[in-house]
Amino acid sequence: MGSTLAEKIIAEHVGRDVAPGEIVVTGVDVTALQDGTGPLALQQLEELDMVRAVNPGRTILFMDHAAPSPRKELSNAHQVLRSFARATGAVASDINEGVCHQRLVESYASPGDILIGADSHTCTSGALAAFATGMGSTDVAIGIATGRTWLKVPETLRVVVSGEFSQGVCAKDLMLHLIGELGADGATYMAMEFTGPAVERMNMSERFTLANMAVEAGGKTGLFAADATTRAYLEEQGRGEDYRQLGPDPDAAYTLTLNVDVDGLEPTVAAPHTVDNTMTAAAAAGRQVQQVFIGSCTNGRIEDLRIAASILRGRERHPHTRLIVTPASRRVYLQAAAEGLLKDFVEAGAIVTGTGCGACVGVHGGVLGDGEVCVSTQNRNFHGRMGNVKSYIYLASPATAAATAIAGEIVDPREGYLEPQG
Amino acid sequence: MSLKGKAWKFGDSISTDHIAPGRYFHLRTNLPELAKHVLEDADESFAAGLEPGDFVVAGRNFGLGSSREHAPRIIKLAGINAVLAQSFARIFFRNAINVGLPVLEVDTSGIEPGDQLEVDLEAGEVRNITRGETLAFAPLPPVMVKILADGGLVEHFKKYGDFNLKSG
Ligand code: SF4
Repeated sequence: MGSTLAEKIIAEHVGRDVAPGEIVVTGVDVTALQDGTGPLALQQLEELDMVRAVNPGRTILFMDHAAPSPRKELSNAHQVLRSFARATGAVASDINEGVCHQRLVESYASPGDILIGADSHTCTSGALAAFATGMGSTDVAIGIATGRTWLKVPETLRVVVSGEFSQGVCAKDLMLHLIGELGADGATYMAMEFTGPAVERMNMSERFTLANMAVEAGGKTGLFAADATTRAYLEEQGRGEDYRQLGPDPDAAYTLTLNVDVDGLEPTVAAPHTVDNTMTAAAAAGRQVQQVFIGSCTNGRIEDLRIAASILRGRERHPHTRLIVTPASRRVYLQAAAEGLLKDFVEAGAIVTGTGCGACVGVHGGVLGDGEVCVSTQNRNFHGRMGNVKSYIYLASPATAAATAIAGEIVDPREGYLEPQG
Repeated sequence: MSLKGKAWKFGDSISTDHIAPGRYFHLRTNLPELAKHVLEDADESFAAGLEPGDFVVAGRNFGLGSSREHAPRIIKLAGINAVLAQSFARIFFRNAINVGLPVLEVDTSGIEPGDQLEVDLEAGEVRNITRGETLAFAPLPPVMVKILADGGLVEHFKKYGDFNLKSG
C-alpha cells in the first residue's frame, strides 16, 4: 500500500515505512522560534545546559509578533533571541523582515523537509510539501539543540477541491467554508492533504492560505504536492535548487476524503468568536465595522494586497472605519511599493504599517476598543485575540475586507466593489 | 498518585487566548505574573479564587489556538492539579505533558462547579466525591505516560540525555 504525503516525508527521515499512529523519533530540517515563544525555549536550553543549535543556518529566531517592540519587556525578549543567535550562529530574523511563516516559505522550507516551529501556524510551509507543524517552546528547543523530535505519524484527511472560483471568491473563502463544515476540531491531529483540479490551478499564495489555516480545524499540518507551481515559486525566491517533485502515492490510504466543489462558493466570513462559526458575507452584511485589518501570515502576501488595492483604488474608506494594512514581509512590502499599491492604500485612507504580525495578535498596532468590530484577513477570531475581550472579530478574504472598509459595514465584495474605479 | 480538589467548570472551545491572553504578551518572560491572569478571559474570578489542587474541568477542544506553552505552564504554576476535558487540541495536549501537567480526556458533562474530585492517575479514574460517581478517562499514549512520569520533557532529557521513549 502506498503512502500519503505525510507518511512519505516521515518515512524518508526515519529510513523505513511508517504507519499512522506509530511514534517515531525523527530528524528535523528547520526549526523556528518567535518572540513570544522563543525566550522560554532558550531558557529551557539553558536549564539543560544545551545552549547550541546543531543546524544554525536553518534555526531561525523571528522577531515579528512585537515588531517594533512596544515595551521594554519585549525589547528584552528580543535581546535574548539576538544574543542566542550571536552565540550559536542561528539566524536572527529581526523586526524588519516580516512574519515568521512568510519568511519560512520565502527562504527556508523546501519539499520533503520536516519543519517544527514554536508557533501554531507553522503548518503554512506544508504548502511547499514540507511536513511543517507547530509545537511548544520545549519541543522546539530540544529540536534546535539535538536536531530531532518525536512525532506520532498522523492519519491523513484528503481534501479534493474541484470547480472554478467565481470572481471575488478566493482560497480564504474556501478555507473558512471548510472549517465551518469540519468544525474547529474536525481534523484533530490529522494531516490535511489538499489536492484536486482546483488546487492544481492555485498559485502558491492561495495554497499558503489553505495550509496556514489547517490548524484551525485541529490539523497537524496542511500538505500540498510539490509541482510546477512550487518549482516556479522557489525559483522566484532565488532557490530553484531546493525544488524536488514530491507527492503522495496514487494508492495511498486516507482516513477520510472530503470532496469540495468551489462552483457557487460565496464570499464567506467567520463570525465571533470561533473560526468555525462561518456564514456567507451576505448573511453577515450590514454589521457596522470600526476597523479593517489586511495582513497576517494568512493573507498579507503580494497577491492579497493586489486584490485589496484593486478594490480600494480610487475609492475611500468609510469615515467610521479605520483601515490597517500590514505587508507580511520585507519582500512583499518592496513589491507592493514597486507596484504602487502602498500609494493606493494610503490614498484610500489606510495606514500602512511595517511588516510583521501587526494587529493580528493584540500586542500593539491596532488593539480594538470596547464593543468594536473588526473585519480581518487573519486566521483567528477568538475572544480577546486582538487585545480586547470586549471586541468582535470577523475573519474574511482580502476582497471582503477591502470592500467592508469602503462600506463601513460588512458587505459581499461582489455588490459593486469588484469593478475598477477612477 | 491520587490528586484531590474541587472543580472549576468551563465550556467548550477554551482557547489559549482565554488562558494566556495576548494583551499580556510582555509577561511571557515573567510566568508568576502571567499566572495571575490565567484563564482570565474565560472566568475573571478564577485566578483569584482557585485553591492549590483544584481542577480545571472543561468541554470540547480545550486549548485550541496558539502553540504558546505558557498556557499549560501557568495553569500548572497557579496550582491546578490537572485539566479534565471532553477533548483537547493537540498542541496544547502535548505541551501540557511536556511541562508535567496531567491532561485527561473524560466525560465531564456530569461534573458541576465546586464538585469535589479525586483523580487516580494509575487507575485511570476520576471519582466525583460530591456525586458519588466514578468516571474512567482515556489512557494516555505510553510515550506521554513516560514523559509525564519523568516530570516533563526537560526532566526527561536531564534523566536520559536524549529521547528515551521506547515503551515496554
Ligand atoms: S500573523 Fe497572526 S497568526 Fe500569523 S504568526 Fe503572526 S500572530 Fe500568528
